[in-house]
Amino acid sequence: MKNQIIPRVIAKLFIPLILLFALYVQFHGDFGPGGGFQAGVIFAAGFVLYTLIFGLDEAKRVAGPAVVEIVIALGLLLYACTGVAGMMKGGRYLDYGVLGADPVAGQHLGILLIELGVGITVASVIIGIFYAFVGRNRA
Amino acid sequence: MTMIELIDVVLLALLAATAVAVVLTRNLLAAVILAGIFSLLSAGLFAVMDAVDVAFTEAAVGAGISTVLLIGTLALTARKEAKSSRPSPLTLLAVLATGAVLIYGTLDMPRFGDPEAPVHTHVAPEYLKDSVPHAGGSAARVDVENIVTSVLASYRGYDTLGETTVIFCAGVGVLLLLKGTRRGREPEDGR
Repeated sequence: MKNQIIPRVIAKLFIPLILLFALYVQFHGDFGPGGGFQAGVIFAAGFVLYTLIFGLDEAKRVAGPAVVEIVIALGLLLYACTGVAGMMKGGRYLDYGVLGADPVAGQHLGILLIELGVGITVASVIIGIFYAFVGRNRA
Repeated sequence: MTMIELIDVVLLALLAATAVAVVLTRNLLAAVILAGIFSLLSAGLFAVMDAVDVAFTEAAVGAGISTVLLIGTLALTARKEAKSSRPSPLTLLAVLATGAVLIYGTLDMPRFGDPEAPVHTHVAPEYLKDSVPHAGGSAARVDVENIVTSVLASYRGYDTLGETTVIFCAGVGVLLLLKGTRRGREPEDGR
């Protein structure tokens, strides 16, 4: 679709907005609708649109499959390590209360971190699967 | 009939029509696109029922990403459904019986949005009190405005960790299946 001007222009306009909206859903999830799962799929959808319009090679220059595979594990690790951090500080596993200066601040920090972990894993899993699917078409 | 009910009826009617069209069409590309429309309509229904989080996910995954993946699969296989033998009347009977049992099951459910429903009287008041300070709780323990987030991430932290692990395993499994056969045929791509 590289040579069709309308999809190209529309995609260039919309992809930054989609990615920004994903980040908004991610970090505003404490106050409005949304959270890690939603943010992850929206971010991945923006990435998929980029790949559809500009081609797999361009997308792989942004984030190669090797990078995506590492990031899949990083998200889950961030989630699990947040739980371990709580244990180190004297709480129970995934008890965020001890992470901050006071329990409520700790809850906020813990929720932010684990939602980020969820978002990272969801987005990179979808992007990775999409790469694998598209890569097969050409093999 | 209120505006919301009108929207509900229109969306449900379109949903049913799309589902029938998906079953009837022999053109697989059309079926995939209709399934995408089905997901978008479901997302609309979820949004009407105030389940905005679910609507987000349905619109992005159901209508967006899975449609793209299915079209990618169609590019590898055929565009037309193979001629299948006529389904036996036994199939119709089984489907009708299952549907009837499912509908019978909904008869015992509380009315939609009923504040006295068990789901709203068990632990939910506690969660509400703890999540939103100005909802009457003395001291909010979580103090996160979006109760869905507070329940998912804090009260049900273990469950969400498990869900993320499931996504991780699914992703790794699919990547192994799809990429495993290509090893050695082309150089390791990446950076």
